[in-house]
Amino acid sequence: MPLQEKAQIMDAEGIRRALTRISHEILEKNKGTQDLVLIGIRRRGVPLAQRIAAKIKEIEGTAVPLGMLDITLYRDDLSKLGYHPVLRKTEVPFSITDKKVVLVDDVLYTGRTVRAALDALMDLGRPQLIQLAVLVDRGHRELPIRADFVGKNVPTSRREIISVYLQEVDRIDKVVIDEPIV
Amino acid sequence: MKLKRKDVLGLQDLSAEEINLILDTAEPMKEILAREIKKVPTLRGRSVITLFYEPSTRTRTSFELAAKYLSADTASISVAASSVQKGESLRDTAKTIEVMGADVIIIRHSVSGAPHFLARTVNARVINAGDGAHEHPTQALLDMFTIKEKKGRFAGLKVAILGDITHSRVARSNIWGLTKLGAEVRVVGPPTLMPPFIQDLGVKVFYRCEEGLEDVDVINVLRIQLERQQKGLFPSIREYTRLFGLDEKKLRYAKPDVLVLHPGPVNRGIEISPEVQDGPHAAINEQVTNGVAVRMALLYLLMSGGEVNEIAS
Repeated sequence: MPLQEKAQIMDAEGIRRALTRISHEILEKNKGTQDLVLIGIRRRGVPLAQRIAAKIKEIEGTAVPLGMLDITLYRDDLSKLGYHPVLRKTEVPFSITDKKVVLVDDVLYTGRTVRAALDALMDLGRPQLIQLAVLVDRGHRELPIRADFVGKNVPTSRREIISVYLQEVDRIDKVVIDEPIV
Repeated sequence: MKLKRKDVLGLQDLSAEEINLILDTAEPMKEILAREIKKVPTLRGRSVITLFYEPSTRTRTSFELAAKYLSADTASISVAASSVQKGESLRDTAKTIEVMGADVIIIRHSVSGAPHFLARTVNARVINAGDGAHEHPTQALLDMFTIKEKKGRFAGLKVAILGDITHSRVARSNIWGLTKLGAEVRVVGPPTLMPPFIQDLGVKVFYRCEEGLEDVDVINVLRIQLERQQKGLFPSIREYTRLFGLDEKKLRYAKPDVLVLHPGPVNRGIEISPEVQDGPHAAINEQVTNGVAVRMALLYLLMSGGEVNEIAS
């Protein structure tokens, strides 16, 4: 499906400011870094979680544990896909039991990825609580899921596609709305 | 990338790309095995049946655990206690299993080609868990996974397969898999246990350990079936052990960081000395763990990503 860029909704500075605010909000809501852990959903949730962790270190001076979650095996559409999504490693080298887990992803859309991530987390332990941080919330939820920390709310139509580009993966920081060429 | 096939019958017909996909997928599967809760919901509602016409503990248990860790339902049929004893044919047994709703049938049979026959007969997916002296693809895949984990590559590696090459399906699957990924494969053993024309598979043949094991990165020691001696293929077990049993002395022909593999079960002190088996070069127990991870990868790749019919088209 060929895509064309409709509009850029965030640039590098915008992303940086949004993550700075989210980091402050995480610290405010959780009253510091006690028991706090960050877990990024592969793939682009991971660099975002890393950036938030770095920001928290800058603000509070403490390093919070950082994990990476691959939710492929928990997807609800595996038997419908015509291809194998690339399976990557889940790396959570610490116990999440009784921890305050902040789950980080790039875009919140139907909520199905977050549902899968919640199930995956529950298989790793029993956290005290789980919060969700996303760079972009584009609406159209299909499950009763909401984010605790949002970089930007972007009203979209279902045919549009939100593409998040991050330096660590894509060599550029930006968020754009794409739409299929008709 | 996907596994574009209904069945996995051998490494002879898998491409290098497909082998790499399986090995790459096994890595995250191994992480699941290290968890406290070793279960993911991926294959919920699918069923996996093991149909073994030959005795086996590790391969069968490994497949069953792999399926269970992915949340599939499993059942196993042992021929000794089944209607095969009443004269049921392989085709009828398999059809019966299929109409009970099996998605995957894992078969081991003493006749080479039995899984291939089965694959043509049933719509369920078929995985070969060892057919005669032909192939044992998942054993070779777990050997390769272990080699990749320890050595990081295949290209340019020298791998020696030591022992009874003639009767070994493990040897054949390893030869096909390893040569496809660029390793240099040697077979080492007595002439009476070396099949003619084996060099046509792209391997070098050696009849003496000091030559065959020289400078190798990996030695895969095959189990010597003791009943072969009664057939006169070698004069005595003691002589076999002296000439081809892997001990610390013979290990010195190889590279200092040589990796030693054995598909098990081991005849302790016969094809491999206890010092080597329990020594720092051997990864025999790790192979068993890796076997579960590789079989999870295979089941996942076969059962996700579209229906059988779509794949065939």
